[in-house]
Amino acid sequence: MTHTEKNGHVRENGLEKALTPKRSRLEEFWALFRKNRLAIAGLIIFILFFATALAGLLLTSGQNPVFDPAQIRLQEKLRPPLAKPKLDSLYPAEVPRLGIYLFGTDDLGRDVFARMLQGSWVSLTVGFVAVGISVFIGIFMGGIAGYFGQVLLKLDHLLAGGLLVAAIAFMATNWAAPGILLFILAAVFLLYAVRPKKVSGNRVKPAGLRFLEIHAFSVDTLIMRIVDIMICFPSFFLILTVVALLPASIYNIMIVIGLTSWMGATRFVRAEFLSLREQDFVAAARALGVGNLRIIFRHMMPNAIAPVLVSATIGIASAILTEAGLSFLGFGVPPPHATWGNIISDGKRFIFDAPWLTFIPGIAILVVVLSFNLFGEGLRDALNPKLRERH
Amino acid sequence: MLSFLGRSFVQKIITLIFVSIISFLIIHLAPGKPSQVDPLNPKFTPEMVERFRQAFNLDKPLYVQYFYFYRDLLNGRTVSWKDNRSVLAKIWERFLNSLPLFIVGTILTWTLSFPVGIRSAIFRGRLYDRTTTFLSYLLISIPGFFFAYILIIFVVTRFQVPVIGMETFGVANAAWPHVIMDRIWHLLLPSVLGATGGIAVLSRYVRSQMLEVEGQDYVRTARAKGLPPDQVHYKHALRNALLPFVTMFGLILPGLIGGSVIIESIFSWPGMGRMAYEAILARDYPVILTVNFFSAVLVLIGTFISDLMYMLVDPRIRL
Repeated sequence: MTHTEKNGHVRENGLEKALTPKRSRLEEFWALFRKNRLAIAGLIIFILFFATALAGLLLTSGQNPVFDPAQIRLQEKLRPPLAKPKLDSLYPAEVPRLGIYLFGTDDLGRDVFARMLQGSWVSLTVGFVAVGISVFIGIFMGGIAGYFGQVLLKLDHLLAGGLLVAAIAFMATNWAAPGILLFILAAVFLLYAVRPKKVSGNRVKPAGLRFLEIHAFSVDTLIMRIVDIMICFPSFFLILTVVALLPASIYNIMIVIGLTSWMGATRFVRAEFLSLREQDFVAAARALGVGNLRIIFRHMMPNAIAPVLVSATIGIASAILTEAGLSFLGFGVPPPHATWGNIISDGKRFIFDAPWLTFIPGIAILVVVLSFNLFGEGLRDALNPKLRERH
Repeated sequence: MLSFLGRSFVQKIITLIFVSIISFLIIHLAPGKPSQVDPLNPKFTPEMVERFRQAFNLDKPLYVQYFYFYRDLLNGRTVSWKDNRSVLAKIWERFLNSLPLFIVGTILTWTLSFPVGIRSAIFRGRLYDRTTTFLSYLLISIPGFFFAYILIIFVVTRFQVPVIGMETFGVANAAWPHVIMDRIWHLLLPSVLGATGGIAVLSRYVRSQMLEVEGQDYVRTARAKGLPPDQVHYKHALRNALLPFVTMFGLILPGLIGGSVIIESIFSWPGMGRMAYEAILARDYPVILTVNFFSAVLVLIGTFISDLMYMLVDPRIRL
């Protein structure tokens, strides 16, 4: 995209004009993407889901919501979908807003439609925030590993890093004051050590401290070993453990899912960066004196983002599935609040009498996850340069 | 070769140590104390709590606890806080229950996904390919518990497939063919459920590998020589497409211990996954940490095996 913008300035030049691609990258992408009907269906469902979730947030929250997901009507329990409420047994305030129970009621007589609306916002935010966290960490770690990977870590950096970790451990246990002091010391030293060295050159350390200059290993090794360590944890089990031990809250689930799923994005970004940093346009940018950060974010990231986008889309799907699984097991959002997983979980006792309590949220999860998967695969195909040449 | 083995062994040990430290910290720094699991129980007096804390070293500093715990684990002396039984014996018992599930699920996955994937690569873009592609997306996207309930509703009511536990109550006294059939009958639904996701993912992967190989020059040459299509597909293409799957054999190892928490709890299957789940609910730290440790060991062994296999199968790779 950036290249065509730059070419726009030299349109008068006939040669340049002939060389500019006829279609911008975005147009080309869209033309490819449009051919994939399943992916288009996925995109449409995705937009619908987004709108539903927003509507769900607006219509079911607040003091006096339009659809009240917590309204209990014990005399109207387990009514099937599309059932008419028995108006003579309800107070005016208890009558469902639509005039019928669109998706039926559950075992407490709560309107399943309102609960589904409320749950859709949970699914959406869990998917997006968790993947946002994992993509952010992934880009950060992968970018460092790919771009600064060849930098060798010296022993003093490692020691300072160790002190930093120890300080955090101190703060987490009961020695807060020495922990904070140690944290500040180590952080200041690290910032001082990695400052851009332009003028100062290499000052020789006193002989006793010379061992601190030993090169231990590269940044790349460090980050990839961290990835290896994270991969060793069984992820659903780890998420379950942490969510079960922490107080029940939707934010904990988002953070935990995000913190346990960034490894894929790191690997993608690192691989892309390793190949991109050898390319001519990066060398040209560096020769022009462009700063590291600008090279990373302006020149390399747009070229490396495609596989990350694809894996993020599919990651949203699996985050929604994970959240549903956790709610099904009874973790996560505390009870009065509805999620699609806990509607199924509450409804499983009535599976033969009230199958809609299982089928409506189940199909909703299925359709949303499916749409994200199809959209992600469509993105992958449309962004794949090999396929682009063929068509 | 030897240097590769040595290096990767050392690397894996270091990784394992870090995994053990991190999992220990996660569990012990989380809010809440294991001694407060049952605060409303009147028998749980402060003296009891104190005795409990002393018996399990909970009054020591964290690093001492860490050291004690892994010393006990490596000597096989860890006991569960819940019932004072040896953790290893407990895990072994549950592992034997999960094993049939794992074996049947793996066999189903690997025998079904290859024919499906190969066929859909050969008929690329045709009706068969599009149907299986859509079906596999459907199976990837369906939540396991929802699928379980669909099966329960439709299969159980029609065919009377049992859905609770590993065997019918009291069946142990019956004749052995009956016992075996009963076991297999109980195994059916959970293992099919466990395999569905795997079948969907693996068949997609087989398909893309086949497509990749079918585009190669040597396949075109084979076709141009006038070889029958079957020979081209199965002899020239498939053999080369199989290469990455050899390494995946190593990666299925971690599935041995993970089990599936959700499927096992729906079908009341007394396997590893459910034991881990119950241990989490009861804050039975030794069990949680041991399961975690073993699954990390299995992941490391799995990656090691897959590296080795790759080296043996593909002469181009010299690590």
